[in-house]
Amino acid sequence: MDSLRQSTLTMALRNVPILMFLGTFLIFGLLSPRFLEYQSLENIAKQASYIGIIAVGMTFVLLTGGIDLSVGSNMYVSAVTAGLLMQRFSILPVLALVICLAVGLVFGLANAFAVTRLHIIPFVVTLATQFAGRGLGWMLSQSRAVAFPQSVTGLGAVQLLGIPGPIVIFTGVVLAAWVVLARTTLGRQIYAVGHEIEAARKAGINTRRVQATAYCLCGVLASLGGFVSVAQLGNVNSGFGEMVEFQAIAAAVLGGTSLFGGIGNVFPGTVLGALLIQMVWAGLVATRTDLYLQPLIAAAIIFLAVLLDSIRNTALAKMGRHNIRIEEKSSGRPDTSQQHSPRRKPTN
Amino acid sequence: MSEPVLLFEHISKSFFGARALHDVTLAVQPGCVVGLIGENGAGKSTLMNIFGGVLQPDEGRMCLRGRPYRPAGPADATAAGIAFIHQELNLFGNLSIADNLFIDGFPRIGRTPLIHRRQAMQRAEEALAAVDLNVSPKTRIDRLTPGHKQLVEIAKALHRGARIIIFDEPTTSLTSRETHRLFSLIERLRRDGCTILYISHALADVLQLADEIVVLRDGQVVQTGPKEQFDIDTMIGAMVGRRIDQLYPTRRNAPGDRVLMSVCRVTEPGVVKDISFDLHAGEVLGLFGLMGSGRTEVARILFGLDCFQSGTITTGGPSRRRRSVRASVDGGMAFVTEDRREEGLLMEASVTDNMALVALPRYRRRRLLGTFNQRALRRTVDEMVGTLKVKCVDPRTDAVKNLSGGNQQKAVIGKWLLAEPVIGIMDEPTRGIDIAAKYEVYSIINDLADRGAGVLCISSELEELTGICDSLLVMSRGRICGRFRRSEFDEERILAAAFEGHIEHETRNESGAPN
Repeated sequence: MDSLRQSTLTMALRNVPILMFLGTFLIFGLLSPRFLEYQSLENIAKQASYIGIIAVGMTFVLLTGGIDLSVGSNMYVSAVTAGLLMQRFSILPVLALVICLAVGLVFGLANAFAVTRLHIIPFVVTLATQFAGRGLGWMLSQSRAVAFPQSVTGLGAVQLLGIPGPIVIFTGVVLAAWVVLARTTLGRQIYAVGHEIEAARKAGINTRRVQATAYCLCGVLASLGGFVSVAQLGNVNSGFGEMVEFQAIAAAVLGGTSLFGGIGNVFPGTVLGALLIQMVWAGLVATRTDLYLQPLIAAAIIFLAVLLDSIRNTALAKMGRHNIRIEEKSSGRPDTSQQHSPRRKPTN
Repeated sequence: MSEPVLLFEHISKSFFGARALHDVTLAVQPGCVVGLIGENGAGKSTLMNIFGGVLQPDEGRMCLRGRPYRPAGPADATAAGIAFIHQELNLFGNLSIADNLFIDGFPRIGRTPLIHRRQAMQRAEEALAAVDLNVSPKTRIDRLTPGHKQLVEIAKALHRGARIIIFDEPTTSLTSRETHRLFSLIERLRRDGCTILYISHALADVLQLADEIVVLRDGQVVQTGPKEQFDIDTMIGAMVGRRIDQLYPTRRNAPGDRVLMSVCRVTEPGVVKDISFDLHAGEVLGLFGLMGSGRTEVARILFGLDCFQSGTITTGGPSRRRRSVRASVDGGMAFVTEDRREEGLLMEASVTDNMALVALPRYRRRRLLGTFNQRALRRTVDEMVGTLKVKCVDPRTDAVKNLSGGNQQKAVIGKWLLAEPVIGIMDEPTRGIDIAAKYEVYSIINDLADRGAGVLCISSELEELTGICDSLLVMSRGRICGRFRRSEFDEERILAAAFEGHIEHETRNESGAPN
């Protein structure tokens, strides 16, 4: 019997994101020792932080079966608003952050309203708010770069126990998101809504509220990610946050989140996805890859990861067919001859 | 007689002018099992949806335990202690049993929003114990059998303190053992004082379970009374409004000698083993087995949906291990799947669009850049809609999801008939459809065989197979355990074969089934 081989294979398939992550890490490490230096790794983690924060919000929305294309514009507008207010009224950085998050929340609410009340499909709604947001931001800033005072840029260098601030915030966001998804009623209902919204409605779940919460969280986290990024960059130009939505979606999907909803998790899923993307970019720089080749290689790696994920799902589904029946504990019937031992996957 | 726990008074409901319910008045006594029967479209589901708060009645009112009951939504019904065990279960396959039980409110740690996991597990285990289901609450739903899923659904209902439970066709996807288990559970619930509304097309089951039977026809209550007043014939008579003398059409011709499809020792480890049989022209071959015996898996392999490891399948051409669905369809094979909603139909699309799907390539005009000959296609589809008597307002605009189960099934079959199949594989072709529609489906199968096609018909209803088939294969645990000709049909022997692997499993297990 090659059941050992079989179970190893299943194990490997279940953990494709982790294996991809380790594989990419090893390859870049071998190609360039510089890649493995502490400074480079810290940079990857810092860079991954702001995309990661946004990707966590994106994961919430994707889990409900929706999508949010407006996160990039959201972070632009919220950062511009905060920056301009700081310039004009020299408000405190804390207040600026609160305002920034509030603008993000407004974005989330607008999306949520259109999706849950006007019943417009999320793709179209958030595409519209993406354009609207970008336009609004340009209007506010007159398309000029908005510089942030020292009080904010100083935050980018803040450390906690030697760990850079962005990483600390990212860790906090991930932890909170994990608790919400795995350990609260709301979290479980998000999975339920994503699995089948009609069934969720029939089960007495307030599906509108669940969806709305996901969009609001995504909006707030997008603006938080923007603020974290601003604290590092120091200013916001008119292209700030462009294409971020795709990086966030890619991070979530690379981490195993399904675009159809109901499947995925923040940890390890989205965290690995965000790190993987940044690692690829950093690795390409560290190995001094031709500048024009970089996007192509990055695309190829991301494609490979998603392809492996798709292969994995087909293979697992096929294996799943072999053990159609799960036996009851006490029956003790030696009925497992045609089945693999039931492997309990954590339902997260 | 005690006060009725539930009272419907003059309930009426119409959809877009079509009358679904008309002046329904009905009283249900507490602690009683009421069998609700009627053909598809008779209004059973509408009545139950009104009761469950999914729909609002146009006229009339309901009383629950003597008080007016006006549910605004499903949540109100749940709060009033009413639970629905639907035909399609409302469970979330991506979540665990415990998650499903508490999805609208987990036990929490103090005032925090955090889930009290230990308490949730404990209460989930208690809930499962109440329905005698002995699996871990952490098990994901999509790893359970249909029978177990249903028990979870019942556990959920009881856990929420449901005192009135509605079962809508609960046995369609259950094995006979699971059905038996369900019935003893229903019996126990009644003894505990629950009121049960039991909707089913399986009249024998209704007769066995119910204390009282209510017959609906065309949105009206046509007959009601204690079950002693009914037998199967009177039930059918009341439902249809006339007596049906014959449940199955007579087979007119005998199967020929020409072999249309030859299956030889087809094996896919862990799924099916050593499947061999021939399908002849003009033959209706039945494939019987319990749920999970590998019936559907055989059908999927034959049609090219799944691959197999060894053996041959010959349908005129050479046998290939990896067969494609396209090749099967081109070779004149049709496959009516067991789940018409998920696999058989595009629920949102119109009847015409659905039925045109398979035959579409035939109406391509090569000269005109491969555009379709719309008019010819529509004409043929319309003809088929007429022949099969698919009831709908306008086949071109009516979405399939608005049709009744029987008409949906006719649309699926019509789709394949348009391709003029030589081999028809029908997986549970009469699941969840009413008696009149069943008869029509049997007639279609009959006609197909008359025209020289071979039909492989899979069903869990043995009586149906013995009624329409020329010969019968019985599967158990992935193997064929018995072959019967029409003259040898004997329910006891067929059932014995179907249970074969389940009785001598110990010896088989030692010989080491493939993994």
